[in-house]
Amino acid sequence: MSRVPRLSKEPVAFAGAVVFVFFLLMAVVGPLLVPYEYTELVPADRLVGPSADHFFGTDQLGRDVFSRVVVGSRNIFFLAGSGTLLALLLGTSVGLFSAYYGGFLDEIITRLLDVLLSIPPLLLGLVLLGTVGSSKMNLVMVVALLYLPSIARVVRSMVLDLKTREFVDAARLRGEGDLYIMFREILPSAVPPLLVEGSIRFAYSIFLVASLGFLGLGVQPPSPDWGLQINEARNYFRQAPWMLLFPAGAISTLVVSVNLMSDGLRRVLVPGQGGG
Amino acid sequence: MRPLLEVKDLNVVYTTDEGQTHAVKGVDLTLDRGEVMGLVGESGSGKSTLALGILRYLPRNAEISGEAVRLDGLDLLTLPRRRLREIWGTRVSMVYQNPSTALNPSLRVGRQLEEVARFHLGASGGEAEHRVLGVLHRVQMPDPPSVMARYPHQLSGGMVQRCVIAMALMADPDLLILDEPTTALDVTTQAVVLDLLADLKQEIGASILYITHDLGVVAGLCDRIGVMYSGRLVEKGPVDRIYDRPRHPYTLGLLACIPRFTRGRERHTLPEIPGSIPRPEVRLAGCVFAPRCPMAAELCGARLPGLREVSPGHDSACFFWEDVPSPEIGLHPVPELKWEDKGGRVKELLEAEGLVKDYEPSSGWGSVFWRHRKMLRAVDGVDVAVGEGRTFGLVGESGCGKTTTARLIAGLATPTAGQIRMEGEDLQAWVGGRSRSQLQNLQMVFQNPEATLNPYRTVGQALLRPLLLLRGMRRKAAAETVLDLLEAADLPQSYFPRLPGELSGGEKQRVAVARAFAAGPKLVVADEPLSSLDVSVQGRLVNLLLRLQAAEGTSYLFISHDLAVVEHLSDEIAVMYLGKVVERGPAGRVLRPPYHPYTEALLSAVPDPDPAAADVRVRLKGSVPSPLDIPTGCRFHPRCPRFLGDLCVESEPPWRDGEEGHRILCHITW
Repeated sequence: MSRVPRLSKEPVAFAGAVVFVFFLLMAVVGPLLVPYEYTELVPADRLVGPSADHFFGTDQLGRDVFSRVVVGSRNIFFLAGSGTLLALLLGTSVGLFSAYYGGFLDEIITRLLDVLLSIPPLLLGLVLLGTVGSSKMNLVMVVALLYLPSIARVVRSMVLDLKTREFVDAARLRGEGDLYIMFREILPSAVPPLLVEGSIRFAYSIFLVASLGFLGLGVQPPSPDWGLQINEARNYFRQAPWMLLFPAGAISTLVVSVNLMSDGLRRVLVPGQGGG
Repeated sequence: MRPLLEVKDLNVVYTTDEGQTHAVKGVDLTLDRGEVMGLVGESGSGKSTLALGILRYLPRNAEISGEAVRLDGLDLLTLPRRRLREIWGTRVSMVYQNPSTALNPSLRVGRQLEEVARFHLGASGGEAEHRVLGVLHRVQMPDPPSVMARYPHQLSGGMVQRCVIAMALMADPDLLILDEPTTALDVTTQAVVLDLLADLKQEIGASILYITHDLGVVAGLCDRIGVMYSGRLVEKGPVDRIYDRPRHPYTLGLLACIPRFTRGRERHTLPEIPGSIPRPEVRLAGCVFAPRCPMAAELCGARLPGLREVSPGHDSACFFWEDVPSPEIGLHPVPELKWEDKGGRVKELLEAEGLVKDYEPSSGWGSVFWRHRKMLRAVDGVDVAVGEGRTFGLVGESGCGKTTTARLIAGLATPTAGQIRMEGEDLQAWVGGRSRSQLQNLQMVFQNPEATLNPYRTVGQALLRPLLLLRGMRRKAAAETVLDLLEAADLPQSYFPRLPGELSGGEKQRVAVARAFAAGPKLVVADEPLSSLDVSVQGRLVNLLLRLQAAEGTSYLFISHDLAVVEHLSDEIAVMYLGKVVERGPAGRVLRPPYHPYTEALLSAVPDPDPAAADVRVRLKGSVPSPLDIPTGCRFHPRCPRFLGDLCVESEPPWRDGEEGHRILCHITW
C-alpha cells in the first residue's frame, strides 16, 4: 500500500507542504531574483511603505525589506535545518545505543538527557552562545544540543520495545553483530515516528534560531536575519509597521506550515497514534 | 413462535482506498429464543462482520443493506441511530475476543461494572452495587466484593473475561454475541469459561451467537451451527448433524483439522485444507470454496450454489452435498510421511540439566540500594533431553516457565544455574558467545507471527541472511537455496520480494520455519508456533514440521499449551507447572493413566469436538500463583483436584517412577 496517495487525502497537510515548498524555493533561488542587494542602502528612501518599487517597504536605513526577508530565509533554513539534522543524527545514535545496551550506561545517559530537558531551551541557548560566542557553526551546534534529548528519548522508547521483538532474537540466533542488529533490524521500524519528531523539532528550531537572532545572539548584522529584523523593527513600529510585520509573518507562516506537515506525516506514518 | 432474530439477505460492503470489499454476502439467519448458535469459519470469513452488521455496529465505511434484520419484530436496518443506541448494551450485548483490552486499566472493576448498571438500567448507587454483586455471582466469580475493589491488571485473564461476560449480562439481554471469547485464553481457562457459558445457557434464557474459528470448542455448547466461508453461509444445521454428517466439504475440512488425541499412535500428519481463504476483493463466478475443494467439478466454477435444505433444518450450499463423505472417511488428503526408523538406542543431542532462572522483580535504582530482594524464580531446576531426530514436547499453562526454558536453551536469556550441552559439548550461556557451528545447530521458531519477521525486510532477505552468515554461502548460491526453502515450506517462489505485511499469519509462520531450517540446524526450538493460528492453518504447519523432520532428521523441542498438538508431534513429553517439571516420560505413557493430577486437568481441558461427549470434568481452581510466592510443599496443592491433605502442604513430593522412564512428581502412589 503506497503512502503517498494517502498524504494527498490530508488537504491541510498538503497545504502546509505547498507553503513549505514555496519557502524552500524562496531560500534556494530567491536571492538570485530579488530586486535589490540586501545590503543596499538608499538613504533617500528610508521607512517607505510597501509600493511597486519596494513590495514590503524599506527599513530605517533605506534597505529593501522584501529582499532582506527573501535572503534571510536562507539563513534560517540553513541554521534550523542543519541543527535539526545534526540533532536527529546524534539523538538517534544516543537513544539507540542507550536503549540497546541498557543497564547502567542507559541509566546515566537518560538522566543526563533529563537534565538537558529540564532547562528551558532558550535560556540554555543564551548561556551557551554567550559563553562560546555567536557564529553560524556554534548556532548549529546549540540547536543540535538542545533538541538532541527529545529525539533521543523518542528513539530510546521505540528501541526498548523493538529490541524485545522476535525478529531481533532471530537475528541473534544467526550470529548478527550488535551494530547490524541496531541499524539494520531495529532502526528501520523507528524511522516513521522519527520523521514526525524530526519535523516537529524543525519547527521548534526555526523559532529558536529566530529568537536567538532577536536577542542578538544569532546571525550578526549586516547579514539579514528574520529575528534580527524584528528586533530592529521594534523601534519603528509606529512609523513603519511593515518592517516588523513581514519578517514576523514569514516566521509564523513557515512554522505553521511545518507543523501542519508534521501533523499530516504523523497521521500517515504512525497510524493510531493520536491526531486521528 | 416468532424467532428472536431474523436476518434476511444481509450484505456488508466496506469501501476503502483500494476499492470495495464485499465482506458479507446475502446471509439468511434465524435465531430462536434461548437458542445458542455457533458461527464458525477461518479468520477473514466475515463472521465478526456479520455479527456486528446485524447490530449495525460497524465503522462508517461499511455499508449495510438487506431485506430485513428483525430483533423481536424491531427492524434494526431502519431503526434511527438514537433508538439503536438504546438497544446496544441492554437488549443486545457483546463480548470481545481480547479480555485484556475490554476493561479500562485505570478504573476499579467494580466501578466499571456499576457504571454499566447505572447507564443502562438507571440504577442508583446502592442498587447498582447490588446488581453488580448479583451478576458477578452468576458468573461464578469467587469472592465478588474483593474483585470489585481490584484493578483489571490484578485479575487473571480468565477472571477478566468473566467480568466482561458479567458486564454483558448486566441488563438481561435478549441476545448475547460472543466473539471468540476464549481464543486469547489458556486451555485450562478456556475450559472453565466454556463450562460457565454452558451453565449460563440454562440459566439466563438469552439467545447466544457464538463466533469462533474452532469447531472443537462449540460442540458441547451450541444447539445449531452456521459455517461461514468468504462472506457466505455455506452450511447451517443442528449441531449433531453438522458434526456427524456434514454436508459441505468445507465443514468436513474444519472438522478434520481439529487436533484429537490418538493416544500413543505413531507420529503422523494432520489433515489440512489446501490453499487459503480468498481475499474478499476476489470475485468468483461460481462456488467460493471451489478453488480449495477436492470435490470441485466443472459446475462449481460456473454457477453459484445457493443454500438448500438437505434434511429438515439442515442447509448446505454445495451442489454435491450428497457425495460429501462422512467424517470417518474424510475428504482432505492426509499427507503421507515416511519415517526412517533407525532403531537401537537414540543418542542424546541436547542435554540441559538443572536450569534455573531468577529474575529481579524490578530493575533500576532499587537494585543498587536494596541488595537482598526476593527473586522471582521463573524456572526452577528443569532438565531437558532431546534425542537425535526426536521431538521433546514441553507443556503447561502460560506463566509456567516453558518459554523461559526455551530462551535459556537458545541462549537468548542467561540461566542463573544449570548447564546446556549439545552433542556433548558445553554451550555458552549467552548466544553471543556461541560458535558459528553451535549457532547453526540450534535455531528457533517463535510464537507471534506478527513479530517474528522484520516488517521492513522482504521474505527473501529474511531467508538469505542465515545462509550467508551461518552456511557461508555466496550470494548467488544463497538466492537459489532460498527458492528451494520457499518450496519446501509450501510457499510460492514469488514470495521472495514480498514484505511480511502482505502475508497471512500462517504464511509468516511458514517463512519463520524456513528461516530456521535455512541454517541447517540439528535442533529447532519451537515456542508455541501454533498458538496464534487458526485451527485450519495449524494442521498445515504441523505437517510442514513433520515433513521437514522426516527429511532432515532434525530434532525438535516443541513447546505448547495444547496437549493434543504436543501428543501428535512428540516422542517424549514433559509437563511443567510453575517453573518445575511435574511429569515426564514417553508420549504414550504420560498421556495414559496414571498421571499427575495437573496433567489430568490439562487433558480434561482440551475441548472434545463431539456434541454427545460424556461430560467428565476435572477443572482447576483459580489461576497459576505468582512465582514470587510459590506455595509450600507441592507447589500445585492449592489447585490440585486430588489434594491429599497436610502432606501436600508440608513436604515436597518425591519423584515416582513408572514404566519406560515415566516419572511423576507427586505424593499419590499408584
